[in-house]
Amino acid sequence: MINFEYARARDVADAVRQISADPAATFIAGGTNLIDLMKYDVARPMRLIDITHLALKTVEETANGGLRIGALVPNSDLAYHPVVEKRYPLLSSAILAGASQQLRNMASTGGNLMQRTRCFYFYDVATPCNKREPGSGCSAINGINRINAILGTSEACIATHPSDMCVALAALEAKVHVAGPAGERAIAFAEFHRLPGDRPEVDTNLKADEIITAIELPARGFAANYSYLKIRDRLSYAFALVSVAAALELEGGRIKEARLALGGVAHKPWRNAEAEAALRGQPAKSDAFARAAEILLRDAKGFAHNAFKIDLARRAILRTLAQAANATPQIQSSKKIR
Amino acid sequence: MTYIGTPTPRVDGRAKVTGSAQYAGEFTAPDLVYGSVVTSTIAKGRIARIDASQALAVEGVLDVLTHENRPKMASGDKGYNDEVAPTGSPFRPLFDDKIKFNGQPIALVLAEEWEISRFAATLVQVDYDAETHSTDLHTRIDKAYMVEKPDKPRGNAAKAHAAAAVRHEAEYYIPIEHHNPMELFASTVTWNDGGKLTVFDKTQGVQNVQRYICGIFGLKPDDVRVMSPFVGGAFGSGLRPQYQVVLAVQGALQLKRAVRLVLTRDQMYGLGYRPATIERVAIAARNDGTLDAITHEAIAMTSQYEEFSRNDTSWSALLYKSANAKYEHKLARLDVPTPSDMRAPGAATGVYALECAMDELAVALKLDPVELRLRCYSDRDQNNDLPYTSKQLKECYRKGAEAFGWAKRTPEPRSMRDGTDLVGWGMATGVWEALQMPMGNRIVLTANGHAEVSCATSDIGTGTYTIMAQVASDALGLPIDNVTVKLGDSSLPHSQVEGGSWTAASVAYAITTTADEIRRELLALAQKMPGSPLAGLKHDDVVLSDGMIVAKAAASRSVPLADAMRHGGVERIEREKLSEFKEDNKHARNTHSAIFVEVKVDEQLGVIRVTRAVNAVAAGRIINTKTAASQIMGSVVWGIGMALHEETLVDHAFGRVMNANIAEYHVPVNADVHDIKVIFVEEPDSTVNPLGIKGVGEIGIVGVAAAVANAVYHATGKRVRDLPITIDKILG
Ligand SMILES: Cc1cc2nc3c(=O)[nH]c(=O)nc-3n(C[C@H](O)[C@H](O)[C@H](O)COP(=O)(O)OP(=O)(O)OC[C@H]3O[C@@H](n4cnc5c(N)ncnc54)[C@H](O)[C@@H]3O)c2cc1C
Ligand code: SF4
Repeated sequence: MINFEYARARDVADAVRQISADPAATFIAGGTNLIDLMKYDVARPMRLIDITHLALKTVEETANGGLRIGALVPNSDLAYHPVVEKRYPLLSSAILAGASQQLRNMASTGGNLMQRTRCFYFYDVATPCNKREPGSGCSAINGINRINAILGTSEACIATHPSDMCVALAALEAKVHVAGPAGERAIAFAEFHRLPGDRPEVDTNLKADEIITAIELPARGFAANYSYLKIRDRLSYAFALVSVAAALELEGGRIKEARLALGGVAHKPWRNAEAEAALRGQPAKSDAFARAAEILLRDAKGFAHNAFKIDLARRAILRTLAQAANATPQIQSSKKIR
Repeated sequence: MTYIGTPTPRVDGRAKVTGSAQYAGEFTAPDLVYGSVVTSTIAKGRIARIDASQALAVEGVLDVLTHENRPKMASGDKGYNDEVAPTGSPFRPLFDDKIKFNGQPIALVLAEEWEISRFAATLVQVDYDAETHSTDLHTRIDKAYMVEKPDKPRGNAAKAHAAAAVRHEAEYYIPIEHHNPMELFASTVTWNDGGKLTVFDKTQGVQNVQRYICGIFGLKPDDVRVMSPFVGGAFGSGLRPQYQVVLAVQGALQLKRAVRLVLTRDQMYGLGYRPATIERVAIAARNDGTLDAITHEAIAMTSQYEEFSRNDTSWSALLYKSANAKYEHKLARLDVPTPSDMRAPGAATGVYALECAMDELAVALKLDPVELRLRCYSDRDQNNDLPYTSKQLKECYRKGAEAFGWAKRTPEPRSMRDGTDLVGWGMATGVWEALQMPMGNRIVLTANGHAEVSCATSDIGTGTYTIMAQVASDALGLPIDNVTVKLGDSSLPHSQVEGGSWTAASVAYAITTTADEIRRELLALAQKMPGSPLAGLKHDDVVLSDGMIVAKAAASRSVPLADAMRHGGVERIEREKLSEFKEDNKHARNTHSAIFVEVKVDEQLGVIRVTRAVNAVAAGRIINTKTAASQIMGSVVWGIGMALHEETLVDHAFGRVMNANIAEYHVPVNADVHDIKVIFVEEPDSTVNPLGIKGVGEIGIVGVAAAVANAVYHATGKRVRDLPITIDKILG
């Protein structure tokens, strides 16, 4: 851990001003990821800009029937927010599948989007890692890659984005509101996280001088037919081997609208329009689910220790879609899979 | 007896939950210096150059110690020996430029603040001359060599196996596992006038550490006092002195100041561990389930410099009647730190293999797994052909099966279901040794009816403070609140390291024999009183009870001990004694258990839950049914972890542990633990020792992983022999 300076941001404009002024500065929110990275000497910010005092802590309904979630709303508050529980239970469920109560109390909405991969090598400065040190090589490709990606990988990096919350946000087609020196802009969730390609050190399309101010959910919440299912190596407090967010709108036993996103398998929450299109208009039955799974996993490629994830993901997709269709969503406090 | 056998709450419970209990890394001194360790990033080679100039330039850094400038240390192996050291040449921290394993300490940064030392540690520049290393047991099997094992073969196992009606043969694997105690290894060393050291250390053996430190630095025992009043879990990792205590002493000697050194969590994975072990078991039986032959071969890893091995193999034919038996234990040398004892070393692994193999044999014989074990039940230690001091294993099977509802099991795999879950019921036997060691003890009784009981053993969370207080209270006839216990201090009467589940029996015996002498003295005093109601009685004719010396024959004949002492003008009676157990070569001393487990496995997804466990344990007299049950419960949780979760992941290209933290090294969390029932089966035993105590620290984990694996097989029809049993192995 290095010596660093600490400064507090007064408001969003001040935060943007401070981050623009110092390329070696980093925002800190809940600190649940950043502090660990600093202790491991992976992140070496010379200056921490504390944004926890910004007025970005409210959850408000928008004019067009959606919801605007401040970037500093703690994960716990968001999961248990009455409007979220009622109208966007998929989001609530996905958050509660992640980390532990203590971490969720500290973790912020913006920080959750920006958390780094859990690839073992990324955390160990004694090993090469392109994401940590561009050009040094990827140790995971031929190393221990059980927790690494099977989709959208590159020769430079096979890391996953570890968030649960983001998988639900992808399925719900949220928008990410950001502010920078040039003003504000909104980024579609699908555009927010990147694939590694040949620049694995860049996780997202957020610019270095921008701050996330809010997440906006559209009106459609899929509150009747949804489920978030997370499969992991122990029954709680572990990152996903594979997770599935499924959201359906049904009409007379047929699927009118479908959303399907995978977590734990790629550098970003994984969706495929073709897979969702294959569900639309079909009876909410296993045949259609299997076809969607097949399309979604078509390009999946396993490595020495994680090829099993392809079959596991297929099985999890079938199960989660069935849970959604039957309106028996997975309950995160219950370890029995419905 | 008022306290022995009751669920007495921990006497140190309040200190622990209120935070007043001090651990090694919490002691302080006005001149305290903080240390941080730099560890190697290669597994084998030498340090070509180490440059601390950048670290030394940081304000607040006092010194950086390396092999080049450390204080003088012993030059021969003998100086580094400790009571638990295996054969070989013990590791010497910061001794020379050689790198023997990844994560080896190579520098100690000393600074005025902990944050400064930690920062400066990242600035120490190291160049290595790396050599090709080897850390993978699987690639070194053909290089494994035999270690001498105590148990001789019986008959001709190979021949009997070949001729048998039913045979089972398989290979089982247990990966490297780490102890992961909650408390990090830590030492605080204060440097007192003229160079006397007080060493607060996280250890299971203060006197062992004292001798070790004296040996390395050529110090006199009177100049080194080692204290370890509380230990936040150790599980065997604290049996040997760990490198941080050497480094902290080096720092204190160098600076002539107090030094505190707390390892980081990832550095904990550079210490000892349960060695990865390949276990090959072959069992042959007749159609009626009686055994003809058992062959058990273990191939385990060790370091290049020490030969660590524990008895993995001979449990096989200790437990079950078989005319022919053969054992083989091999070690493969790797570029790793030496493995160490970890809860039930040898048995947790060896019995895992044995009890899975027995389950597979039961399937082949179409016999109920409990029934098979009854058919080859033995009332004698098969290896040494000795009777047991006591063995209530049959009762464990009976009580455990009954509490579990075993009779309702349908034998076919995949035959029991609960909705989308496959249900599996599995069982296994557990066995461990009932060891006992010579132990010193001192009792100081004062006329106000207060006693202080002390010895240099430790309480690693097991409840030693409490059972010492219980035994002393009963032996001295005092309320438990009047008894103070002191331990974890090298200046106290002799104690072996706390391990092997021998502490309860040994310390209890030491207390009662010392209390005998106190009673003798009290009786003599009481008999000097005019018209003493105890006149003419021998010391075996009286007991101490309710603060009085009482005639066994008539409770009305009694003298308050305060009166006896005051009349004799005695304010305090102090007795110290080293108690040794009578040698007994005519009996085997073991604890046993039967463990029953229910798993539910999601058929589509392969997700496993251990929904129920019953562990029925026969371990002689249980001193404290509350702390003992906690020991067993914790062991069962650990067994679940061993079966389903635990694995230290080594990248063999780097020879480096990659999941060196407790987020990625998985142990069970609350969600993984459901209903655990602990049963202590009555096992009266006046042979093992006068109080009939055997110890329960380790027996609880033995067999648990096998019971889980057997239950998973029963649920799914899939036999996974490589631990841990993860989803991919179920679906694959
Ligand atoms: C042991 C452990 C287990 C975990 N398990 C899970 C799990 O199972 N599932 C899961 O989803 N997550 C899990 N997490 C991760 C956790 O969800 C994240 O650490 C958390 O969401 C990060 O939020 P934070 O506010 O603490 O971020 P911080 O640590 O404060 O920041 C993280 C990054 O985000 C940046 N940042 C923060 N806010 C903003 C903003 N408004 N604008 C721009 N940049 C910003 C920071 O600069 C920093 O780079 C786990 C974490 C730990 C430590
Ligand atoms: S997968 Fe990515 S994060 Fe992991 S080692 Fe390779 S480059 Fe680094």
